[in-house]
Amino acid sequence: MTSVDRPVMQKKDYKTDQDVRWCPGCGDYSILNAVQGAFAKLGKQLHETVIISGIGCSSRFPYYMETYGFHTIHGRAPAIATGVKASNPNLDVWVVTGDGDAMSIGGNHFIHAMRRNVGLKILMFNNRIYGLTKGQFSPCSEQGKVTKSSPLGSVDYPFAPIALALGAGGTFLARSIDILGAHLEDTICKASAHTGTAYVEIYQNCNIFNDGAYKGFTDKDVRDERVLHLQHGQPLLFGAKKDKGIAFDGNFRPYIVTGADLSKAFVWDETAETPAPAMALATMSEAEFPVPIGVFRRREKPAFETGLQGQVTVAKSKKKETIKDLLMQGEIWDVK
Amino acid sequence: MDNANSTTAGLEKGIQDLDQVVIRFAGDSGDGMQLTGDQFTRTTALMGNDIATFPDFPAEIRAPAGTLPGVSAFQLRFSSFDIHTPGDAPDVLVVMNPAALKVHLKDLKKGGILLLNTASFGALDLKKAKYEKDPRTDGSFAGWRVIEVDLEARTQEALASSPLDNRAKDRCKNMFALGILYWMFHRDMEPTIKNIAQKFAKKPEIVDANLAVMKAGHAYAETTEIFQTAYRVPPAPMKPGTYRNIMGNQALSLGVVAAGHKAGLQMFLGTYPITPASDILHQLSGYKHLGVVTFQAEDEIAAVCSAIGASYSGSLGITSTSGPGMALKAEAIGLAVMAELPLVILNVQRAGPSTGMPTKTQQADLMQSIHGRNGESPVCVIAASTPSDAFDVGYEAVRIALKYMVPVIVLSDGYIANGSEPWLLPDPDKLPEIPVHFAPEGKPGEKFMPYSRNPETLARPWARPGTKGLVHRIGGLEKQDITGNICYDADNHQHMIDTRAQKVANIANDLPPIETIGPRTGDVLVLGWGSTRGAITAAVTRLQKEGHKISCACLRHLNPLPKDLGDLMRGFKRVVLPEMNKGQLASILRDKYLIDVKSYSQVNGQPFKSHEILDYLTKSLSASQKEVQQ
Ligand SMILES: Cc1ncc(C[n+]2csc(CCOP(=O)(O)OP(=O)(O)O)c2C)c(N)n1
Ligand code: SF4
Ligand SMILES: [Mg+2]
Repeated sequence: MTSVDRPVMQKKDYKTDQDVRWCPGCGDYSILNAVQGAFAKLGKQLHETVIISGIGCSSRFPYYMETYGFHTIHGRAPAIATGVKASNPNLDVWVVTGDGDAMSIGGNHFIHAMRRNVGLKILMFNNRIYGLTKGQFSPCSEQGKVTKSSPLGSVDYPFAPIALALGAGGTFLARSIDILGAHLEDTICKASAHTGTAYVEIYQNCNIFNDGAYKGFTDKDVRDERVLHLQHGQPLLFGAKKDKGIAFDGNFRPYIVTGADLSKAFVWDETAETPAPAMALATMSEAEFPVPIGVFRRREKPAFETGLQGQVTVAKSKKKETIKDLLMQGEIWDVK
Repeated sequence: MDNANSTTAGLEKGIQDLDQVVIRFAGDSGDGMQLTGDQFTRTTALMGNDIATFPDFPAEIRAPAGTLPGVSAFQLRFSSFDIHTPGDAPDVLVVMNPAALKVHLKDLKKGGILLLNTASFGALDLKKAKYEKDPRTDGSFAGWRVIEVDLEARTQEALASSPLDNRAKDRCKNMFALGILYWMFHRDMEPTIKNIAQKFAKKPEIVDANLAVMKAGHAYAETTEIFQTAYRVPPAPMKPGTYRNIMGNQALSLGVVAAGHKAGLQMFLGTYPITPASDILHQLSGYKHLGVVTFQAEDEIAAVCSAIGASYSGSLGITSTSGPGMALKAEAIGLAVMAELPLVILNVQRAGPSTGMPTKTQQADLMQSIHGRNGESPVCVIAASTPSDAFDVGYEAVRIALKYMVPVIVLSDGYIANGSEPWLLPDPDKLPEIPVHFAPEGKPGEKFMPYSRNPETLARPWARPGTKGLVHRIGGLEKQDITGNICYDADNHQHMIDTRAQKVANIANDLPPIETIGPRTGDVLVLGWGSTRGAITAAVTRLQKEGHKISCACLRHLNPLPKDLGDLMRGFKRVVLPEMNKGQLASILRDKYLIDVKSYSQVNGQPFKSHEILDYLTKSLSASQKEVQQ
């Protein structure tokens, strides 16, 4: 795509003149980098792209992207983005949100975006904490989390965001990690290719209020053993030598297989109609099992805005009416 | 039925000419009272009378049959002169059961006609209506002319050969009452015959049954001796033109659609169902062929947010709601203030606080609309005053929102929303132009300034995503004027606060002088806004005829207020303001103009009756005289 109209894009084209204001070392930097990389690869044109965010450290994102950007209010980005996409389906609309923004105050809009399958690409930076308000537990924090607002540990059970999205009817669900730049970039490209809502949960380290939240499986020395790469059409294998696998029993309870049983490892199908395997992986205990990343689900389904604008197009072709016709409806009478 | 002249124009039964009549139909919510009222209204409008209607719905969709909470009513007033309200006390009360009688009899004018359906006056019916004795036998009806008809028996007779089952037959009994009234008031049955045939086109046996019963009712009134007199209300002199009867929610919907069309914009309604605003969604969802997109959101927050998103993308974003939904939208409206985007918010007010009385009317969201957001968050607020006025107000809201890039809140209420009146149709070609200028493509190397301003209006440019060379970021954080960059500078914040306020204040530059009924000086000025207009106008014109120096004005623009309001008020000895709230506009006016505006408050879920206003104003007039003498 190298016409004058669609010039080749480079990462730097997406940088703005604004100073990036995240804490040094914050995982958000690498996500910004990966998004810029993916957008350049995909040749996204600045003027066709809209990034809409809520409120939180993560939601500062639009200021750092030389596209159209709207930094809105806490939790409401999917609702505003739905209005944008539904009114102009030609726009490439991205939502950037945090775990508090999307799962707590904006939970309702999040599930309904999933249900409707609006053509939005939602990137949720999950640091399992409220960053911007200085470190309270979030709906994604593990139970017992000690924070400023939970000195004795949080009592709440956390959401499994992918499971929530799956239950809400999400058609593209994926997970990646801030420090896995190439994987993240690739996942963003896949999300971009999806019609309908694409949801990417990105594990992001908040080095100020929840440092090392993902260390247990992202550190280089444990990563191979603790991270499960979902690959479409491939068995669920992990370990440096791919010598362990995940299989399911008749009730879709996962168990680890090794040695001679390795052939029982489940062959991953991200397009499967049944949500059961994806649900099993999304709710699998992080302590007992490796952490899955990659695409959990990818199903084709007409997007909301297509149906909505489609009705308008059909109605326009079937019925022509002027404003005068419209006013003159019902019983009318003349007074001379 | 004042002003009656008896004539007996050669007919067997007498005919009286009247200049106005108020009829109220009351029955169980399943008795078809709204439909009956609606039919009478259509016919009467077509016959050239002026007419005003007031449906009074029960709170429950289907309360237990025959109980007091299940009573549904429809009042209409028609006349041979210009009227402003659906009337206070009915001249004719049609009641279908004891519960309706219990609720409404006290309102019937002394000497008025009570048409009573005797079919449902069994012991159980009386008990459900909490009557200890049969009111027909204990003298309760003294002072009224009572006509008793067993509507069920008469209906069954009329439908003896109909294929319908007994229950379906029973459901036609309202048409018997309608037939009787058509005879009594010399109404033409033709419009109803046509309308029913159209409405139930797919069920010919229902059409036949309804029409047979109506005709039977008409014949019954003509032939039986119970009915001695019929009444004639000649047409009202009306301005020449084409008319249609319209309800407030319909007119408001048409107003925004016409304006969106004039502006050449796609219209996007983001909304969530709520009484009494839902009909706006129902109506607009049928206008897809006109490019109207409707989105039934998951809640009111999403509704207003989606409308903001639509406006951001270059469509006309609209959201509609009532009180509780309005409360939920507050934060997002603040975002639209900050982002300086056009947005139209339609608030069909109902009785609050909280869930309040959803089917009853009130105008207590004024302060909330003007001030009900965090920070200094100025928006434009305008109000519709009658069902047909809602068209002009919807149109005006769109004009202002687009010209000034501001949210505009339109206040209507349940009384306007469901009330109806004849509407002189405007010529769509003559409606004011609504120019829209999207920011043009940017030149290479030039940076777009999202908060550069039109020096006259202070509006910022509307930059549609998708346009080359205009990429920019906006949001709810305070921003530097012109560049739109985030900015916490103290002087800039003060400047932006002042600029947003000035931008809304500038809207007053467009406003024509306030229209008054009566001279611009005198003893008493009655101000009003919204649906109190009719009752105020009726009372004031009556007092003017008696020679009093009293004038009135109904304010459409509530924020900003018209520039000549201060001078107008200062031309009178006394300013009074009836409102269906605890004096909200009165307190705004006192605050802004340091004039002792007298508040006349009523917050009972019902519209003001014009005789109540008349009594109050009579006292005000004598008080204003006393003040002068002191
Ligand atoms: C209506 C409202 N309530 C509360 C806040 C305060 N607030 C801002 S961001 C935030 C939580 C952010 O957490 P998250 O979405 O996880 O983003 P992060 O900062 O961690 O990236 C809260 C509670 C607000 N801005 N608006
Ligand atoms: S507080 Fe945490 S999430 Fe926010 S910028 Fe700092 S490191 Fe990043
Ligand atoms: Mg967070």
